[in-house]
Amino acid sequence: MKRGLGCLFLTILFFVGCRSATATPPVASTEEPRELRVMAYSSFDISEAVIAQFEAEHGALVRFLDAGDTGQMISQAILSRDDPQADVIYGIDNTFLSRALHADILLPYKAKALADIPDAFKLDDQYRVSPTDYGDVCINYDVTHFRERELPLPSSLAALADPLYKGLLVVENPASSSPGLAFLLTTIAEFGEDGYLDFWRALRANDVLVVDSWDTAYYGEFSGAAGSAGTRPMVVSYATSPAAEVYFSEEALGEPPTGSITASGTCFRQLEFVGILRNARNRDLAEAFVEFVLSDTFQSDIPLHMWVFPVREAVALPEVFVAYASVAEEPATLSVGVIEQNRERWVNEWTDAVLR
Amino acid sequence: MRSVTEAEAAGDTVSPSDRSRSRHWATFLLLIAIPTGFLVLFYFYPLGAILRTSVLWQQRPEPLVTLRRLVSPGSLRVMGFTLGQATLSTAITLVTALPGAYVFAHYEFPFKRLAQALTTVPFVLPTVVVATAFGVVLGPESPLVRWLGEGADLRYSLGAILLAHVFYNYTVVLRMVGGFWETLDPQLGEAARTLGASSWRAFWTVTFPLILPVVFAAGLLVFIFCFTSFGVVLILGGPTFATLEVEIYRQTIQFANLPLAAALSLVQITFTLILALVYARLQGRLARPLDFKPRSTVQRRPRKPLDVALVVANLLLMLVLLAYPLVTLVFRSLVSGSHTYALLFENPRQSVFYVAPLAAVWNSVRIALMTMGLALILGLLVSTAVYRRRAGWLVDALFMLPLGTSAVTLGLGYLLAMAQPPFNLRGSVALIVAAHSLVALPFVVRSLLPALKSIRPSLREAAQTLGAAPPAAFREVDLPIVWRALTVGAIFAFTISMGEFGATAMIARADLPTIPVAVYRFLSRPGALNYGQALAMSTILMAVCVVGFVTIEGIRPPGAQDF
Repeated sequence: MKRGLGCLFLTILFFVGCRSATATPPVASTEEPRELRVMAYSSFDISEAVIAQFEAEHGALVRFLDAGDTGQMISQAILSRDDPQADVIYGIDNTFLSRALHADILLPYKAKALADIPDAFKLDDQYRVSPTDYGDVCINYDVTHFRERELPLPSSLAALADPLYKGLLVVENPASSSPGLAFLLTTIAEFGEDGYLDFWRALRANDVLVVDSWDTAYYGEFSGAAGSAGTRPMVVSYATSPAAEVYFSEEALGEPPTGSITASGTCFRQLEFVGILRNARNRDLAEAFVEFVLSDTFQSDIPLHMWVFPVREAVALPEVFVAYASVAEEPATLSVGVIEQNRERWVNEWTDAVLR
Repeated sequence: MRSVTEAEAAGDTVSPSDRSRSRHWATFLLLIAIPTGFLVLFYFYPLGAILRTSVLWQQRPEPLVTLRRLVSPGSLRVMGFTLGQATLSTAITLVTALPGAYVFAHYEFPFKRLAQALTTVPFVLPTVVVATAFGVVLGPESPLVRWLGEGADLRYSLGAILLAHVFYNYTVVLRMVGGFWETLDPQLGEAARTLGASSWRAFWTVTFPLILPVVFAAGLLVFIFCFTSFGVVLILGGPTFATLEVEIYRQTIQFANLPLAAALSLVQITFTLILALVYARLQGRLARPLDFKPRSTVQRRPRKPLDVALVVANLLLMLVLLAYPLVTLVFRSLVSGSHTYALLFENPRQSVFYVAPLAAVWNSVRIALMTMGLALILGLLVSTAVYRRRAGWLVDALFMLPLGTSAVTLGLGYLLAMAQPPFNLRGSVALIVAAHSLVALPFVVRSLLPALKSIRPSLREAAQTLGAAPPAAFREVDLPIVWRALTVGAIFAFTISMGEFGATAMIARADLPTIPVAVYRFLSRPGALNYGQALAMSTILMAVCVVGFVTIEGIRPPGAQDF
């Protein structure tokens, strides 16, 4: 009897201990700052100073929630719609946008700063989301491999089926990876509903390797990434990856070890959005944050932290971006509604054609 | 030899009065109340919430459509593959690790504790990191592949999945079976040999039946782990292979088809339940009361050439299977750059999400220790409540369920149930500790039950006859004997928490980065420095775990001798 009570007491103590451990640290100011909760995917990043500026301007405390990858984040937001975990959601992309809009989890807000942003990025006419950044999913190649063998770069997607490139490409599974899905969408935009599976069958015959995730493809199979044990000189990655290779190297590199192929129709443009969640606790703070995300301060901090381009055109880009990051010439486009409607069918058809 | 049911019957006849019987029931209910409450609150309640939402899902397909897809050739193929690979993986793990368990239980040799700690390291490593190691070990440039030929390149094949499952689960068999075996009286086997049996015959007819319950226990855990395998199958096996767990993730996250995901989840849970029930029933019949001996009387230094050969052969196997991939990782983290480790401590871009290595280590260790504490308390309560009761096996099986439940299903269940009043634990450490403990609990119970069941009831009765109250009898009689099993359970609870990523990835966390989280952050960006730092962080994870294992094994209660 005594022992049972003792254990109960211990358990209660334990939970009390846990709860107090999570309490937010006290802030020096006399006025209690209001809390703004921002839900973002795992690879979201930004400078401390930028967030501190927002906090100082609005007497707020910004708390970030790491919600997993984009798909996991949207699922969580949809399921907790009535009592959301956060006020703001950052990082809905154009492949998931339709699902988020359809589930009606967002509040409309027409930011003033939208005036400085190109219309091409504004995908929702009801302003339930505002564009924040974009990046192109393109094929990256190992510069040394192509140079040493005097191999010409493939000039189009169709060229990838050429025996010249047999066994050289590694791609990600569209069912589990966001660049993988982007690349599948590129092929659908390029060859159409009728032709894309034939192209993939030809790629399969040309010994394409499909792996589960971007990091397995890039660090495990791609030969161009520094430190990788991979053997394939072409991988589906981002047009900014070569710039990151230069930035994240210990010794100064004269030129990137990798390049990206940005020829017309070979890339897919991923757009990312920020939105205010329905039932947000601090709607005015959330609106101020959306405004802030579109401001010069936040936008100019995006490139070196998330390796994508800010949507605000006037923003000065860091040197490494100007020198080594590319933008696709004519990226493939598919409307967000069409993507959401057909995603499951396309992925399943692709799976049957390429993996079975 | 008496079976446990006879022993129970004997125990009951000691105090046949109704009053005593009802007191037994009261003790049982008291002991089981807290763990059951925990299971209901942190498992059945969230599970119920997600299943309910799935059924009422807005964009739901017709129930008939879901049912048809559930029994479609595609789904059945996935179920078949899931079962097949789990069975194969378990069989290979048992065959590979049982000799190792024998060696660790019976021989004393230099660096034994360290070697044992190292075998457990794979268990905590993130799959992406293991994939990197296997890529190096099995890739075209590996010395092993050059020596054995292209056939040894197992990447993206069933072989890679099986190999990785053995790599991960070797330690489960080694620790659970080894920990039990080393307290087994060697005189039992020796007696058989004195009576003229060959050593093989003595093993098969005497020793093997005695260790069978714990072999089953370890095998079941390995099977469920392989059955719900996610990362290993995707990353090492490649996308051609899919398990139920993979399919549940795809349907939930990619296609937002919650009804189908829920149906698949239920299939997985039902299968785990059947397995756990069959196992628990079997276990109850197999366990026998035994006399335990201190480790010192069981273990000896290998002297005869055959003994030495056996020890060396097993250590070599461990070296190639477990140590080689791990050393590869450490080596690559060291050669990846001259300042890789030093740079971990810098935050050049002043990122909000910068993870200081010490903070990550502190978070991981803190959560792991809390998990260990909670899982041990709950595990002890469940085990002591269950092992003397005839219907105990039913309760026992229930506590196995969380292990066989999809992480994505449970994670979303937590979101629905634990982030709203009345139980708003949103973003708190308690939720993560609870999720980890739920998975760790079966390991603690599995380690404890075989040990508790083998204690002769007469020992306890003797203590009580001498005037010890049940709690004192437990402390004086049971605890010293089960201490080894408790240590094994503690190690697994610690390990599961240190390496866990799947379930907590679905619980949105605020500023509580653990070591695996830091590894994934580095790995999500291109560039040599990021890759090097991911490997450096993984090496730190391994080091922290080894220190943890050695420390946990070193703790002994004052009363316990070297059992």
